Amino acid sequence: MTTDAPPPPSGPDTAPAQPTAQAFVRMQESPEFGELRRAHRSFAFPLTVAFIAWYLLYVLLSNYAGGFMGTRLLGNVNVALVLGLAQFATTFLIAWFYSRHAAGKLDPQAEAIKSRMEADA
Amino acid sequence: MSPALHLAAENATTEHRALIITLFAAFVVATLLITVWAGRQTKDASDFYAGGRQFTGFQNGLAISGDYMSAASFLGIAGAIALFGYDGFLYSIGFLVAWLVALLLVAEPLRNSGRYTMGDVLAYRMRQRPVRTAAGTSTIVVSIFYLLAQMAGAGVLVSLLLGITSDGGKIAIVTLVGLLMVVYVTVGGMKGTTWVQMVKAVLLIAGTLLITFLVLWKFDFNISALLGKAAENSGHGAAFLEPGLKYGVSGTSRLDFLSLGLALVLGTAGLPHILIRFYTVPTAKAARKSVNWAIGIIGAFYLMTIALGFGAAAIVGPETITESNAAGNTAAPLLALHIGGTDSASGAILLAVISAVAFATILAVVAGLTLASSSSFAHDIYANVIRKGQATEKEEVRAARWATVLIGIVSIALGALARDLNVAGLVALAFAVAASANLPTILYSLFWKRFTTRGALWSIYGGLTASVVLVLFSPVVSGKASSMFPDADFAWFPLANPGLISIPIGFLLGWLGSLLSKEEPDRDKYAELEVKSLTGVGAH
Repeated sequence: MTTDAPPPPSGPDTAPAQPTAQAFVRMQESPEFGELRRAHRSFAFPLTVAFIAWYLLYVLLSNYAGGFMGTRLLGNVNVALVLGLAQFATTFLIAWFYSRHAAGKLDPQAEAIKSRMEADA
Repeated sequence: MSPALHLAAENATTEHRALIITLFAAFVVATLLITVWAGRQTKDASDFYAGGRQFTGFQNGLAISGDYMSAASFLGIAGAIALFGYDGFLYSIGFLVAWLVALLLVAEPLRNSGRYTMGDVLAYRMRQRPVRTAAGTSTIVVSIFYLLAQMAGAGVLVSLLLGITSDGGKIAIVTLVGLLMVVYVTVGGMKGTTWVQMVKAVLLIAGTLLITFLVLWKFDFNISALLGKAAENSGHGAAFLEPGLKYGVSGTSRLDFLSLGLALVLGTAGLPHILIRFYTVPTAKAARKSVNWAIGIIGAFYLMTIALGFGAAAIVGPETITESNAAGNTAAPLLALHIGGTDSASGAILLAVISAVAFATILAVVAGLTLASSSSFAHDIYANVIRKGQATEKEEVRAARWATVLIGIVSIALGALARDLNVAGLVALAFAVAASANLPTILYSLFWKRFTTRGALWSIYGGLTASVVLVLFSPVVSGKASSMFPDADFAWFPLANPGLISIPIGFLLGWLGSLLSKEEPDRDKYAELEVKSLTGVGAH
């Protein structure tokens, strides 16, 4: 969501020049920022609800559907183990998916806004 | 002390005490050298609190893993799988999935808009003094609970692995752990702590990888055969590979696990010692990278605990494990001993390596917790509440160092007093407070424009009080043989984890407090926070 600017040199923790309060309000109300906000929220919020629901479904199945979870699939490997490993797989996948979205959609917009506001400040 | 020390395997443990102590001492010396080196480079507040913000995403990902994978994960989960099979594995999954909350919603905005502590973001658009006080209180409470569990765990672990059973011995161990963490933090600050955590993460992963490889090798890399042998040895048969042995005993225990799962998934992104790690990298992009690395490393680690746990059941067997420690905490070290050969040098060496890794794990985690609480005390409470923002950087860092010493003394005292109490439940309580008090306030602060000071205070204090009160009157504290105070009984709340009730309370109170506020939310400040959090404009 932000820039690749080189890290500040070691030393006092100085932040770059701060834009004014009005500049922040103007930016917050601008269509450009509205688009960035939408691009973040419309991706992150539903995905968060989805993975929490998927995790809770797994917990509920483990709690209350023992028979189904005990179904053997391959040798001693049963549904419970496969679903547990699927939680690992979806976690890795979602992390990758979000990072791709952030790098492709969020970072360029955020960088444009940041460099313009810091130049104006 | 368990009667297990009479077993041959346990005698081997005691015999190889010297080797374990040597390896542990080597770790302590190495980390102290790192700490002194880091201390020489710690000049200002940003070095002390945030390691100069110079770490790379990979380094920070490694340090986050080192901060997060506690002895409870390493020894506790391996032991739970060894004794309860599938349910131990089930327990580990919440700890991993939780990182997605941090990745998608918290890490980057926090890095962009805060400076040193969780309180920086929570108080951003609120009245500083009350919200900083609340954020500091909650940070210190969460960290002390977590710290106490680790300290007591250190005492138990050492008594098991080194055969130190006397009260004086246990107190000495707790004191040593406390002194080391104070030195790491006061001398090395965030830089020293981060390097200690990185070293520990590498050792932990290497040790786990080695044992996992040896276990799989023994079973010709046939997972099904390993599972089959584990199930056969467990005495539970196929049920060992299915959910239910630990959490499915009764209706209450099922509900309890649901509550625990919720607290784990929502708590991680509200743990102050994890949140401050995002300030150690230069940009939000690097913060994202560090979470991705952490997810990879922590995920790989939990996958390996499956082999460790089932391997211990298959190779060591549940009788030997429970005789050594009823909770199964010695399953991983015993596995190391047995897989190397109980009578051979390789078994002794493996046991020593795994035991030293477990000590390293405790030290790195307590250092992170101490740093989080002393930072919050100095930056939120001392600098912004007591001195009303008038303290110089030097005074602030000095306050942080003194706070570290104070926290060290308090944790040594509490850890020594609690040495014979069962405080393992405190880690779950720390997650519950983080999920009920911190996470709602962080999310509302970042994403809800109508959130107010009153809302923030209600969600922090409400979530905190609800979790602590419910635990106080739960079987964790009294009423059961496994309780902290088994001889008393004032429990009326049936669940060991309060999350199911306290998390909704935290979210509800934050919303209600904001609606019932007389003051208008500060629109200008929210504009600043929102634009900063998504773009990094003007970030430190």
